[in-house]
Amino acid sequence: MKCTFIVYRFDPAVGKEPRYQEYMVEAEPTDKILDCLNKIRWEQDPTLSYRYSCAHGICGSDALMINGRIELACQKLVRDFKTANNFVIEPLPLFKVIKDLVVDMNPFFEKHRTVRPYLISDEDPPEKEWLQDPENQKFFEPALACILCGSCTAACPINRSNDKYLGPAALLRGFRYVADSRDTATGSRLAQLDNEDGAWGCKSMWWCTDVCPKSIPLTKSIAQIKRLIKEEEKRKTAGS
Amino acid sequence: MKHQFDVIIVGAGLAGLRAAIELGEDTSVAVLSKVFATRSHSGAAQGGIGAALGNEEEDNWEWHMFDTVKGSDYLGDQDAIEILARDAPRTIYELEHLGVPFNRTPEGKIAQRAFGGHTRNFGEALVKRACFAADRTGRVILDTLWEKCLQGGIRFFDEFQLMSLIVSEGQCHGVIVYELASGKLHTLHSKAVLLATGGYGKVYKTTSNAFASTGDGLAIAFRAGAPLEDMEFVQFHPTGIYKLGILISEAARGEGGVLRNNEGKRFMELYAPVIKDLAPRDMVSRCILEEVRAGRGIDGKDYVHLDLTHLGEEVLNTKLAEITGFARTYSGVEPITEPIPVQPTCHYMMGGIAADADGKVITDSEGTPFPGLYAAGECACVSVHGANRLGCNSLLDTLVFGRRAGKEMRRYIHTVGFSPLPANPEKEAAAKIATLMESNGNETGGPIREELQEVMMDKVSVFRNRSGLTEALEKVRELKGRYQKIAIQDKGNCFNRDLLDAIELDYMLDLAEVITLGALAREESRGAHSREDFPDRDDQKWLVHTMFRYSKEEGPQVFFKPVTITRFQPKERKY
Repeated sequence: MKCTFIVYRFDPAVGKEPRYQEYMVEAEPTDKILDCLNKIRWEQDPTLSYRYSCAHGICGSDALMINGRIELACQKLVRDFKTANNFVIEPLPLFKVIKDLVVDMNPFFEKHRTVRPYLISDEDPPEKEWLQDPENQKFFEPALACILCGSCTAACPINRSNDKYLGPAALLRGFRYVADSRDTATGSRLAQLDNEDGAWGCKSMWWCTDVCPKSIPLTKSIAQIKRLIKEEEKRKTAGS
Repeated sequence: MKHQFDVIIVGAGLAGLRAAIELGEDTSVAVLSKVFATRSHSGAAQGGIGAALGNEEEDNWEWHMFDTVKGSDYLGDQDAIEILARDAPRTIYELEHLGVPFNRTPEGKIAQRAFGGHTRNFGEALVKRACFAADRTGRVILDTLWEKCLQGGIRFFDEFQLMSLIVSEGQCHGVIVYELASGKLHTLHSKAVLLATGGYGKVYKTTSNAFASTGDGLAIAFRAGAPLEDMEFVQFHPTGIYKLGILISEAARGEGGVLRNNEGKRFMELYAPVIKDLAPRDMVSRCILEEVRAGRGIDGKDYVHLDLTHLGEEVLNTKLAEITGFARTYSGVEPITEPIPVQPTCHYMMGGIAADADGKVITDSEGTPFPGLYAAGECACVSVHGANRLGCNSLLDTLVFGRRAGKEMRRYIHTVGFSPLPANPEKEAAAKIATLMESNGNETGGPIREELQEVMMDKVSVFRNRSGLTEALEKVRELKGRYQKIAIQDKGNCFNRDLLDAIELDYMLDLAEVITLGALAREESRGAHSREDFPDRDDQKWLVHTMFRYSKEEGPQVFFKPVTITRFQPKERKY
């Protein structure tokens, strides 16, 4: 069936202003949106740029705005949309556009780096594995599904007004290490997130959770950080 | 632009990152990747990583070694396989200490599950050997190692395409790379280069591999004089989603899933009475296609059913969450109540750049090293997988041999200085880009790539024969001719995918030719290489590694390398 694709185009070498270009694509209902973009590029217009790699929602390369909603182009099929086979494809909002649908992800990864996304332990590791309660592993397991696609951060209204706010993805990684029983830096991690640019920046608007292509309960995970901060405070007050 | 590092690592998957961590903070090291590091295809690995921890039941490394040797159809080098199996438990503990969030047993140890071809006591029954984090094992290990590299301040060049190796007087001292964002070439001068560029499943039409899996590192090393080993051995994973090739992990069968034909019959019981659906991948893929040939495919088509309906919602939504999602999204099937349509999909390349167990690239059958050049992971052939890789052994391979390559490079760089760069090292890469960009030929890459993927799928996949392979070889060579006339329509310098596609296609054509030549040469059936005209394994003649050396004038030249056999003499392979 024939589908119309209206695609955001921007090439800094050609002009300062973005434009929209229309393509007709012959697609199957089961084609992914990524397949349609590939058809445009391979059969009509090789100058179109976008990122992609695994094509099944695990590498996190191809988060885009599809018909006004943030989605992975490889995880949405033509049949998933009730828009009479008309599609508008735009880059992720919030991020700076480099070319066409390719955006600058560096600020996103810079924030990721600041939450110290690695296990910190002041104990020497045992000869074999650290024992870990399976309930503890299950507690933070939903956070492990993150593919760093940036969808949540692009969707978050707080990020749009406060560019220092860590954003849902970095906070999720923060939660993953705060919650891991093997990590001994819990106190300093919580202290780092205990401010308006950290966990308290989240006003529970749920946009991140709504768009997450991996269905991660982001807002709840951030709420867990807030809860743990409160508990840590209580513990400290009780101790002093 | 010029940069200098002691070591350059090409590829940011598990092998590359593990090597980078080993080189550590006291070595100047740069990791470059044509995709952002966490987009690397190691992240798509689902089911697990094998090690005889014995956390769930009795196990030992020697059983793991035996299974790997038998799984390889006795073509794997047993000295290297011994290293792999013995080092596996240490590797898992190391990952756990780095923070990898493995699933746990009720008592808090790393949980383990059954996987194809992994058995207790030399084939007696299945054993739980696969350590896992749900069905996103590769993804969490990739994230953990990448984040460890961030902690260590490792320098990354993300979105840089490898163009060529800098080689003079038979020694490698750096790479030339193309920056996707600017279209500029960079010279990275080094004492050692590790190729960790992964597989090249994109040579085939139906594959579980990423678009980025085009074998750039292999083709570049090949042209620079490094031989390619055992390239005819291509693994087709039995359970790719019908028509799409997206992987449904073997863990689905490890957790108890079964394959059924159009009669609803669990056909693997007939072919592998002891371990049934968890026979090695080469066998299960052949069995599926035998069922299809006998008219027992679903609806008379070329697929069968993977039935997980008896596993229950809890197991599917927790231990197999990703693949359950894939089935829902891409086949529109609800795995809790319906079987998933599956067919074999190109998954893994056993062959690769000939390398020893320390990651040194070797140039001949005696193991003479290529100074300064190293390879690890799927792009290398050590060879631990021989004619067929067992599930759970690829992640292990990347980590064990990535680490060993890192150690060896750290030793090597203290024995040599920086050699002077040849005059104008970027010349060849610049000329290649200019030729493509300025060409006014009448071909485009798209149709050539499609025809290549189709002919490889039709003639050089699970079942092969001389006439089909000969046809495929002619076709690949015709496509190579047409490639000379392709023109790039995107004239820009920023994220020019048109140009990158053309560069990758060049590499894929070279590799397809070597795969086909190897398959034609090897007149026997062993592991994943199944010749209809030579149905038996022939140890007298073919218990050898196939090696190809590049020759510009005469095309790839074949020679052979003996197989190392230590503990286990070749026997008939039954499961």
